[in-house]
Amino acid sequence: MIEVQHLCKTFYVARRGAGFGQALHSLFHKDYEEIRALDDVSFSIQEGEMVGYIGPNGAGKSSTIKILSGILVPDGGSCIINGRVPWQDRISHVREIGVVFGQRTQLWWDVPVMDSYELLRDIYGVPEAIYQENLEELTDLLNLSELLKTPVRQLSLGQRMRCEIAASLLHNPRILFLDEPTIGLDAVSKLAVRKFILRRNQLHHTTVILTTHDMQDIEALTKRIILIGKGKILLDGTLDDIPGSHGNMEQAMADLYRNYGI
Amino acid sequence: MKKYFSFFRLRFSMGLQYRAAALAGIATQAFWGGLEILMFRAFYRADPLAFPMSLESTSAYIWLQQAFLALFMGWVMENEIFASIQSGNIVYELCRPIGLYRMLFVRSLAYRLSRAVLRCFPILLMAAFLPSPYGIALPPSPAAGMLFLLGMVLGLFVTVAFTMLIYSLTFFTISPAGIRMVALSALEILSGSILPIPFFPKGLQGVLEILPFAAMQNVPLRIYSGDISGNEAIRALSLQAFWLVVLVGTGVILMSRASKKVTLQGG
Repeated sequence: MIEVQHLCKTFYVARRGAGFGQALHSLFHKDYEEIRALDDVSFSIQEGEMVGYIGPNGAGKSSTIKILSGILVPDGGSCIINGRVPWQDRISHVREIGVVFGQRTQLWWDVPVMDSYELLRDIYGVPEAIYQENLEELTDLLNLSELLKTPVRQLSLGQRMRCEIAASLLHNPRILFLDEPTIGLDAVSKLAVRKFILRRNQLHHTTVILTTHDMQDIEALTKRIILIGKGKILLDGTLDDIPGSHGNMEQAMADLYRNYGI
Repeated sequence: MKKYFSFFRLRFSMGLQYRAAALAGIATQAFWGGLEILMFRAFYRADPLAFPMSLESTSAYIWLQQAFLALFMGWVMENEIFASIQSGNIVYELCRPIGLYRMLFVRSLAYRLSRAVLRCFPILLMAAFLPSPYGIALPPSPAAGMLFLLGMVLGLFVTVAFTMLIYSLTFFTISPAGIRMVALSALEILSGSILPIPFFPKGLQGVLEILPFAAMQNVPLRIYSGDISGNEAIRALSLQAFWLVVLVGTGVILMSRASKKVTLQGG
């Protein structure tokens, strides 16, 4: 279903030291550093799988998600999802995926959540019957009934995040990319979101790719994990492949990152 | 098509909820229009022969301009769009099955129309009750009225297509402030927002008339006030259509480059 081979992406980042002298110097001469965000990344994911995509900050997780969702064009390598190259066939590709970027919002700020949902319904051309059915299911599972009439600006982070996740699923996507979906959520919301993602996967056989720093998300949701560091895939296996994963997960991850020097 | 219409509807209805801003706008535009007409009256009194338009036409031009300010002013751009391009929030728009250019175009149209609808009627009504030559009368003929409407639509589209270029360029720069200021100042002077184009020196006027800036408010407002008519009006409308095609074409190319080549900022 998702076939990624030898994916590469390099960014050029302007760097300079702090201070006025350095700022002045960079007026005339800018130093660019090459950052290999993705360096020969390959993996494949089957339909209905739930995969945790983990790694330290700046490892290349978000870049991968952006390439898989057709937003970013890689410098090299190939990626086939449902028989399509995401960035070449963007419009038909994005019809079949749902994306949640935990740090951003897709809802219209000054209007009730419902208005954003109806816009999404029209953008994806979801038939009314299916839309109603999905909306009911999502409202029920994510406990949204109180929130739908509230303007987005007046929602708390956790409330908004639940609305964001529902927004990404209104069009029945076959694949769901979740980029840190539980960032900043309280315990109750976290549990609700996890339970919901599991249900969705069981009921609709939705393929889920999840990036997170919360190891409990990974424990609760995914069997398979892919570890990326400095743009390279370091481990593709299960939680059991991580030494010490049955004790303190945070500690185990920190040790793992240290061992790999990332 | 339906998706763009829904988009339009949401942005439009959202624009309608800012009532206090509309009231403030109406007051500002009414005063501004009044002051401008007083200024032109002083010029007119000094030497009516040196005055390139009739005072009636000038007044009609000014009142229409103030009433429909939101349709044609360059600075009616959405900070939210600039912010979402700069912060990278625009990624969400890119993972929708819609064209980014068309979506932003429709959004800008809706934004301008929602602002204009709230503001235009009180100003037009007030101007209609002012005594001639300081108010606004019906257009010279029904035909001129039709040409005026056509010119309004084309002018609005050309204005939006121009601002789309600024949005597109924002993808390539760290801060859009510079481009925005230069482009919008040029627009303001060259489109006849500050001074109608007939008031410029003769030689300069010939150049200004063929620039894209003259294809915005200049054409419909001068058709309405009777300053241009007949073949001259048809020629001006064709030039508007020409610039619309050129600006949209350039914008589409820029935008597709922008979304392909550009790094999306902020993780």
